[in-house]
Amino acid sequence: MRPLEPIPPVVRIGLGILFFVLFVAGWAWATLGGYVPRIFLADPLAMLREGWTLLVQYGFLYDIGITIWRVVGGFVMAAAIAVPLGVMMGTYKWVEAFFEPFVSFARYLPASAFIPLLILWAGIGEAQKLAVIFIGAVFQIILMVAVAVGNTRRDLVEAAYTLGARDWGIVARVLIPSAAPEIAEILRLVLGWAWTYVIVAELIGSSAGIGHMIVDSQALLNTGQIIFGIIVIGLIGLVSDFLFKAANSWLFPWRLA
Amino acid sequence: MSKLRVENVARTFPPAHKGAAPTQALQPITLDVADNDFITILGPSGCGKSTLLRIVAGLDRATAGRVLLDGTEVKEPGPDRGMVFQSYTLFPWLTVTDNIAFGLRERGLPEAERNRIAHEWCTRVGLEGFERHYPRQLSGGMQQRTAIARVLANDPKIMLLDEPFGALDNQTRALMQETLLDIWQRDTKTVLFVTHDIEESIFLASRVVVMSARPGRIKADVRVDLPYPRHYTVKTAPEFSALKARLTEEIRAEAMLAAEGG
Repeated sequence: MRPLEPIPPVVRIGLGILFFVLFVAGWAWATLGGYVPRIFLADPLAMLREGWTLLVQYGFLYDIGITIWRVVGGFVMAAAIAVPLGVMMGTYKWVEAFFEPFVSFARYLPASAFIPLLILWAGIGEAQKLAVIFIGAVFQIILMVAVAVGNTRRDLVEAAYTLGARDWGIVARVLIPSAAPEIAEILRLVLGWAWTYVIVAELIGSSAGIGHMIVDSQALLNTGQIIFGIIVIGLIGLVSDFLFKAANSWLFPWRLA
Repeated sequence: MSKLRVENVARTFPPAHKGAAPTQALQPITLDVADNDFITILGPSGCGKSTLLRIVAGLDRATAGRVLLDGTEVKEPGPDRGMVFQSYTLFPWLTVTDNIAFGLRERGLPEAERNRIAHEWCTRVGLEGFERHYPRQLSGGMQQRTAIARVLANDPKIMLLDEPFGALDNQTRALMQETLLDIWQRDTKTVLFVTHDIEESIFLASRVVVMSARPGRIKADVRVDLPYPRHYTVKTAPEFSALKARLTEEIRAEAMLAAEGG
């Protein structure tokens, strides 16, 4: 093993799986071996059993669907506003000067702290869930997109000017394509955070969703269901990450070429 | 009337921090460039030769004086003054063809026309077979070939090159110089080429303008009467060596001044 030395793909995948196996093995050893009381932590088999019950008897798929819909809905609304605004801020310094101080302040307002207020305003329905995710995502995306666009190589912009590009050409055919891969990466990152917000929103006040199921299970001391819920969230995250990465390499072949 | 006229152009940069003196990069410079001339601007690093080129390109503003191209004052960058940079400035997300066609697209030419012209230039700079490649897949020399083709596809009035071969190895650089001369002779363009390489400045130019150490001014203006087309063997000709010796003296004094001045 030497610093930064590459390893064969088979070894890389194998090592990644190995950790999962060791993790589950450690968990099984602690629970099935009786070292941790069942009331605090279910064993892996109980977790799978509870998960099956959830899916078959309690319509957990519906909860999963609701949660995904909330995340995607809030996230898409946030991105639809934040990406264009971020591009404008990165492009025009006066737009940046106008919005940047407020957005910088707003990004530090924890979205979860808005939940009580949003419940007052919008009840515990869908609008409130979407609003939490929207608030949690929109300011982050704006700022990071603005930085990505603002960091466009100046010499590329200058080259475009000497080739006859006007201001709009610079924005549409230099700044945006240049920042596009980074913008995609930002969206992938923020989507991960949006998952945290949706679960928190569902924990606090909700009648459906993964977070709602987790709270119900806590009341019943059913740790197997809680862990199953958490693992489902992790798996969905893994899948969406994979989809994002696949989309990126398809959209931006020039980065890998 | 000259093609390009640089008239008393001076550039002073504001002080880097409070209390410091402003930096004078260029003393008032006047330079007339005839149509189809190949002019190299030779000078030690930091002498303001790139600043002069950027002012002609419209990427930097003169503090005083003005630049006239075909009698019209230069106010901003434009496709009539195409520029090749020292850094690799191909658009990484575009293929070789699309990079060459960038200016044509900005001008609103239909796609078929763009591709035809791009293909033609691809061939002329020796990049056939690489049309669909992305810049990352090209060597430094090939990237600069593409950059030259990208400017020429736009059919500029004058071509500006800022140490375009500075980052290339010696063999590649020699090949690129020949390619550039070849294109210039067949396509007759006015060229302004900035370099700190004495041999390069003589080999390419019909006229070498030597600049002094900062603040830059024109120290010597030397005609190169070696006949075109020039073969690389001209570099060993006695006239070439004599010119090289003379320019080496001119530059050496300036380089020493520049070194002392920091």
